[in-house]
Amino acid sequence: MDFEFSEDQKLIQEQVRTVLSEQSSPEQVRTILDSDQAFHTSLWQQATELGWAATRIPEEYGGLGWGYLELAVIAEELGRSLAPIPFSSSVYLATEAILLAGSDEQKQHYLPKLASGELIGCLAMSEQQGAFSSQDLATRFADGKLSGVKIPVADGDVADFAVVVATDAQGGSLYIVELDDNNLERQPLKTIDPTRSQARLDFQGANATLLGSAGQGQPLLDQLIDIAAVLFAFEQVGGAQAALDMGIEYTKNRYAFGRQVASFQAIKHKFADMFTALELARSNAYYGAWALSCREQGSVPAELPLAAATARVSATDAFYLCSKENIQAHGGMGFTWEFNCHLYYRRAQLLSLNLGGQAEWKNLLVDRLLASEVAA
Amino acid sequence: MNFNDTPEQTRFRSEVRNWLQANATPKPPGEVKALQPAGAEGSVNYIDAQAWYKKKADAGYACLTWAKEHGGAGLNAIHQVIWNQEMAHFSEPDNYFFIGQGNCGPAITHFANEETKLKLLPRMASAEDIWCQLFSEPGAGSDIAGLSTKAVSDGDNWIINGQKIWTSGAQYSRYGVILTRTDPGISKYRGMTMFMIDMDQPGVQIQPIKQMDEGHHFNEVFFNDAVVPDSYRLGEIGGGWGCALTILMHERLAVSSVQPTGFAEFLATCKSLELNGEKLINDPVVRERLASWYCQQAGILNASNRMFTAVAKGGMPGAEAALGKLVGATMSQEIANFMCQQLGQSGIIMEPGYSEFDAHYQNSLLLAPGIRLAGGTDEIMRNIIAEQVLGLPQEPRADKGMAYSEIPSGNTLTQ
Repeated sequence: MDFEFSEDQKLIQEQVRTVLSEQSSPEQVRTILDSDQAFHTSLWQQATELGWAATRIPEEYGGLGWGYLELAVIAEELGRSLAPIPFSSSVYLATEAILLAGSDEQKQHYLPKLASGELIGCLAMSEQQGAFSSQDLATRFADGKLSGVKIPVADGDVADFAVVVATDAQGGSLYIVELDDNNLERQPLKTIDPTRSQARLDFQGANATLLGSAGQGQPLLDQLIDIAAVLFAFEQVGGAQAALDMGIEYTKNRYAFGRQVASFQAIKHKFADMFTALELARSNAYYGAWALSCREQGSVPAELPLAAATARVSATDAFYLCSKENIQAHGGMGFTWEFNCHLYYRRAQLLSLNLGGQAEWKNLLVDRLLASEVAA
Repeated sequence: MNFNDTPEQTRFRSEVRNWLQANATPKPPGEVKALQPAGAEGSVNYIDAQAWYKKKADAGYACLTWAKEHGGAGLNAIHQVIWNQEMAHFSEPDNYFFIGQGNCGPAITHFANEETKLKLLPRMASAEDIWCQLFSEPGAGSDIAGLSTKAVSDGDNWIINGQKIWTSGAQYSRYGVILTRTDPGISKYRGMTMFMIDMDQPGVQIQPIKQMDEGHHFNEVFFNDAVVPDSYRLGEIGGGWGCALTILMHERLAVSSVQPTGFAEFLATCKSLELNGEKLINDPVVRERLASWYCQQAGILNASNRMFTAVAKGGMPGAEAALGKLVGATMSQEIANFMCQQLGQSGIIMEPGYSEFDAHYQNSLLLAPGIRLAGGTDEIMRNIIAEQVLGLPQEPRADKGMAYSEIPSGNTLTQ
């Protein structure tokens, strides 16, 4: 047993961090915040040139053939730097969906282009407020055409194709829709985190092809979301760490009542609580990453669904706590547009909702906990 | 990262499992047992625990990470993780003597000479000798370095006078590890020295403390001209504070993974208990709390395992180990309160025969405040994390630069 990343994986993480500290610095992130640009194109280009999007794609499809652990350390750095690129949509969701369920032909078509960044993919599932359910989806597939509205779709305004969850004659399935189809409209949405783009997709009889077996939409989606939940957890852990570091740095340099603000116990204890939540979340994310990595050896451990939900719920709590208390520790300046505190606060909210909210995940966690107890 | 066992670890796990199946009592599934406050010497708890430790020692499973010649198994921290995982399925008093083995053991390993180690450690490992730790004083709790118990040199001996408090298991201890003031004329941190002390002598008197939960786990210990030979000194004269810090780091890691959180009992209760005709597990409010506490429970375990990995690779336990106790102690209190509230008006009943789960939750509620204080309060744990892990500035100290004897204290002001 070894509960840490390997030296090689830590080296990858260092390299990614070095690149992002320049290319995805707060100044760079703010160029997206303060403009109508959907994402940081030169950063995306660099990330894909460095092979980050190709991490999990097998070599035969032009990828690096690495594993989830390597992808996890990259995810942590993307989260830390608030990278304004469609990485999670294209890599954790679209690429993983095709790896999970794609036919040979689909893999040959999509994977090399996803690896190189030539194509950007996304996942379209949500339709209405409240917890997601595949039971009553209004988006329907029939006779090769897909109709219905998906909102919000992360990176839906910039992606080349979408993996869409839809109702069909077999119950529910996943479909691939090319987003340059004339029979769909896409509209960018103003959201809580302008550094990542979201859209409303209105399919009006768009051409769609089945991904995976017909009628297998829900089980495939469950697997896909668990994979993404662990990788999102690493982004959340990275973001939470950055917010904590930022608060510490600021309060060490600011003085009040003749003392460093960071020397007051009220502030130190706040940071200790942030660290504690973060350390629990990080440890749960590591366990989730290990459970994921077992998929690569062909065995899906029974622990994965519970481990993924645990990583997810802990990471959501930690990033929310660290991002809100970072603002508090900054005092009034933390509430300004000029200071970067709100970028973490916004991103924390975005990441915690993109795969379903905390109430939904806690419910799922309890179901899985009880199921694992029965199995044990 | 690999949470699976290596072939060697697989062998060890299966040996342990087989041995436990043959020698330990399995935990009944879904058991919610009343917490047993530790009793006095001669109580069933104490005798059972000593018998269990002897059994472990005879089979070679005592103090897994200690050297074999010191009564240990010569294994590493990961073997301890495996042992803890397997032990979780059995209800034996496996952490009963952790103060001695977890705190005093490392003190002797780090600071005593080899002859002393060979003489004392094997008997500590097998629980033939019970040890206690004598740090806290009535006037020195969180500010432990403000302690006043004096040790004065007298030829080859030291003479000890003063009082310790909150000493776990003093009433059945053969030896103690004691932190004393040897030089009041210099800074409080530099004027302390650590010793082993024989508890069985006329100068040592033990008075149990009746706790708010009716238990008698802790004691006051009085020293009136107690005698300690210089050969029992641990570390240098004036080096006591450094020794204490080393011991406390070991304690926090040891406690981190075995800190009772009350989670397992809570989960069992959620699954089994019906209130108003509905299983607790179907109540959305209960489910919300269950999910949050599970994340903390899993987080403490996974974080401890990461720390054990670091120790197995040759590192020292880090200050981050403080988080296990910080989170676990609060969780046990919150779970107890939550469950008492769920029981409605019956939540107050502790009468045998009328109380749900033998008053487990009521007893936990009464014990929990002590857990949040013992071994470093929540606030001290947060200070440790803030200063030693996060590198935040130390508390401004009113006694900085003063000799110990010049530091004002409540005692001197009222005298």
